[in-house]
Amino acid sequence: MNLGPNYNLEWKTKSMERYIFYIVALMMIVFAIASVSSRKMLRSVIYLLFVLIGVASIFFLIDYNFLAAIQLTVYAGGIVVLMIFSVLLVHHIEMQLEMAKVSKRILTAIASLIGIAVVLVTIHSYDFKVTGIPTTTTTAQIGTGLLSYEAGGFILPFEVISVLLLAAMIGAIIIAKGKKLDEGNWESEVEKQNIKE
Amino acid sequence: MIEGISIYEILSLTTILFFIGVYGFITRKNLISILISSELILNASIVNFVVINKYIYPDMLQGVFVSIFIIAVAAAETALAVSIIINLYRQISSVEVKDTEIMKY
Repeated sequence: MNLGPNYNLEWKTKSMERYIFYIVALMMIVFAIASVSSRKMLRSVIYLLFVLIGVASIFFLIDYNFLAAIQLTVYAGGIVVLMIFSVLLVHHIEMQLEMAKVSKRILTAIASLIGIAVVLVTIHSYDFKVTGIPTTTTTAQIGTGLLSYEAGGFILPFEVISVLLLAAMIGAIIIAKGKKLDEGNWESEVEKQNIKE
Repeated sequence: MIEGISIYEILSLTTILFFIGVYGFITRKNLISILISSELILNASIVNFVVINKYIYPDMLQGVFVSIFIIAVAAAETALAVSIIINLYRQISSVEVKDTEIMKY
């Protein structure tokens, strides 16, 4: 029986992907638990960063490279840095976080476990129609779909999202600035005039 | 799709991540920690969208678009939440949930 020279190699890469998935899944669960139970603020954010990198590696494994790149740049590069900034601005690093009461934590853990059990039973009893056709998606396909006017195109949500981002940016600047813009300008104008006089 | 991994295993992983996020959302007392928990929940839902798209409808891209929009909305939400937290810290010098009692000054 001749299986070809690449048979052994292919089999190895297939089982390799499987092991990589299990390692990544274990890493994500461990770091997620560490992130919600750590008593130090900054460590909690760094554990969240590891979970986000795990999500990006799952996107790489299922062959959506563009989405993995977005995940790494926006989440790991943007959101986590923003959170670290806010932690450093707001918190003393050595401060220990206040935790909820033990009884409340146990009750919440039991409720979460019941939730996990219910959802897992539902998922495993449903018969998903998996097609099993391996396809590759290029970035060009995502781009044309995102900007297409035809049925199934996403041009309207795309534009709405851009307006939302602009509004969020302006809102964040105004809220973080604290007082109203007019008053600040007026006061600085008055100060300038006082200095001149 | 990942060779040798069925859709059930990935959906189980995202379910566990989602409920870890819910646990953190309820038990944490700090505004930034609550923000972190909500990011965990959002990430679990993103992976769900992408995985169901890849395994059941491999010739379509709707799940990818929806997850891109979720990422954009999450970024906007985090920026606004961080600015609110910083403003709150300036006014009451605390970011604990129990100290934030007044909505508007």
